[in-house]
Amino acid sequence: MEDFSALLHGFAVALSWYNVGMMAIGIVLGIVIGVLPGLGGPNGVAILLPLTFTMQPTSAIIMLSCIYWGTLFAGAITSILFNIPGETHSVATTFDGYPLAQKGRAGEALTASFTGSFIGALVAVLLITFLAPMVAKFALEFGPPEFFAVYLLTFCSFVGTGKEPFKTIISLMLGFGLAEIGMDTVSGELRMTFGWSELLRGVDFLIVVIGLFGLGEILISMEEGLAFEGKHAKINPKVVLQTWAQLPKYWVSLIRSSAIGCWMGITPGGATAASFMGYGMAKRFSKNGDKFGSGELEGVIAPETAAHASGTSALLPMLALGIPGSATAAVLLGGLMIWGLQPGPLLFVEQKEFVWGLIASMYLSNIAGLIIVLTTVPLFAAILRIPFSIIAPIIIVVCAIGAYTVHNAMLDVWFMVIFGIVGYVLKKLDVPLAPLVLALVLGDRAEDAFRQTMLASKGTLGIFWSNTLVGSITTFALVMLFWPAISLAWRKLRQAAAGSA
Amino acid sequence: MEHEQKQDPPPRGAVSQRAATAVTTVIIFLIGVVMIVDNYTLGAGWAKDGPQPGYFPLRVGAIICIASLVVFAQALFGKGTANKTFVTLGRLRPVLTVLVPTILYVAAIQIVGIYVASTVFIAAFMRVMGKFSWLKIVLISVGVSAALFWLFEIQFLVPLPKGPLEAMFGY
Repeated sequence: MEDFSALLHGFAVALSWYNVGMMAIGIVLGIVIGVLPGLGGPNGVAILLPLTFTMQPTSAIIMLSCIYWGTLFAGAITSILFNIPGETHSVATTFDGYPLAQKGRAGEALTASFTGSFIGALVAVLLITFLAPMVAKFALEFGPPEFFAVYLLTFCSFVGTGKEPFKTIISLMLGFGLAEIGMDTVSGELRMTFGWSELLRGVDFLIVVIGLFGLGEILISMEEGLAFEGKHAKINPKVVLQTWAQLPKYWVSLIRSSAIGCWMGITPGGATAASFMGYGMAKRFSKNGDKFGSGELEGVIAPETAAHASGTSALLPMLALGIPGSATAAVLLGGLMIWGLQPGPLLFVEQKEFVWGLIASMYLSNIAGLIIVLTTVPLFAAILRIPFSIIAPIIIVVCAIGAYTVHNAMLDVWFMVIFGIVGYVLKKLDVPLAPLVLALVLGDRAEDAFRQTMLASKGTLGIFWSNTLVGSITTFALVMLFWPAISLAWRKLRQAAAGSA
Repeated sequence: MEHEQKQDPPPRGAVSQRAATAVTTVIIFLIGVVMIVDNYTLGAGWAKDGPQPGYFPLRVGAIICIASLVVFAQALFGKGTANKTFVTLGRLRPVLTVLVPTILYVAAIQIVGIYVASTVFIAAFMRVMGKFSWLKIVLISVGVSAALFWLFEIQFLVPLPKGPLEAMFGY
């Protein structure tokens, strides 16, 4: 039980006064960020990342991951009280959450969704605790071809699970293109700088994230003309206890949603897809399935549990393989590199304190998060009643500062504005943005892995099928890539068969 | 073209989803072309010691071109996005009322520093959009900037762009 003692040591690290303080700050900030339109997990973490450059990596990751948990919790607040999903992964929560609030049962709905989130997260953290070290140990044997195959699988599963494959491909490739701007790490030559010396260091992913998700989101909200007229939440111990007493009834939904969430988080399906799937499955299999949409408690629990399980388990591949399972995890991974840690399976060997401190903090911060959200919901709901004409300029100011502090460069602020416009247009055209961020963060590493592989094989692609391990990953990746085409062909075939019969 | 005539025209003063997709994909296609050309001149082939620096990006550019062509074709000939509007002029106005001041704000940061620019930006926003009283405007806009100054210059010691006003106080 070497890992168990490491985990205990992690608890000792996470339980220091300083780190517990960071946890509380992180969660509160996260909820504020999650509640505000225009700020969310990826850009909230991106804006605050520069402030952690001088901190201990362990404390920094604890604070930033807590912001992430905070945003996950917060999505439910806006969905249930205001019928406005603060984050995309809480869209499914509005279906039953808002009807419940209209019936005056907002307190119950909030308690149920927070508790569901907590259970989903707990399952995911347990999974990380036991599975991540094993995956990392296994991945220690990986060479460049295996790594490239895993990267390929990550990118291809975006294409396979996305709605419109070609838009996903565009998004991915634009991310790669941005990653390749600047000095080539292998040859030292300048790529796509067009003689512009400011582009030498490349386009930082933090700038892109702040622009795409921050300013872009504000522009979208402006167009939709948000007016926040929410329901009031009354949460008191009695409501909480009454709701908790009902929860065991929904154990099937809880387990099912946790499982869906964990699976979607580890494969980068994302919290949004997980929450919809959790909701859909619960609707289909529940006894009260036909009442879903009119205010069923189960309809709140199912998507929230799945979303939180997925958001949490997205950190598993990030820790074990250096491959983030969500956009926010991608930003956290970028943080690792900035703090001077090398992401990948070696993290479990070389940075035991960091890894286990983070895992232990996940247990603690989710308990702390549950207590904080249950006790302070009215406070955060009040934030949403602040007029948008005050909130919007302040968020833009914060985005500008966030962009500037990355490299102390004014040019970055301009880039942020440009990416804000790009984000607005792409989002309106249903081009998914998460693949772009992921490709931007992983682009250089994927390219390096590819080049090292090609060096070893002297340019033949056959090396990706040179042993069973790399061969099966590559094949699986290609299946994912062509999945939309395969499923289309399959449907056509069945139609043709049915037609002739 | 036959295909298009069957569709109802989008409401007046509106940009259709189809047109917006078409224009965007053309721009993305051009980005792909630029990537291909730039990396081709850099050397995108095979050197003695492995792939040249342009090898990977050139292929990325090629995939961008192909994918944007497909989405372009889907937008023009597909049925999915037929009559959806991308944006109407009426709804574009609030977007521009945020975007244009934001651009002016960023330009102003370079001249008067971020604190003064932010104060004016927040104040102008509150006045024009929210019609707040001047007292509230001054309290909030100055308060936010002062809080930011305290946080960044004093607490975190992260210097942000400053202008003549801060220089007067010795910062």
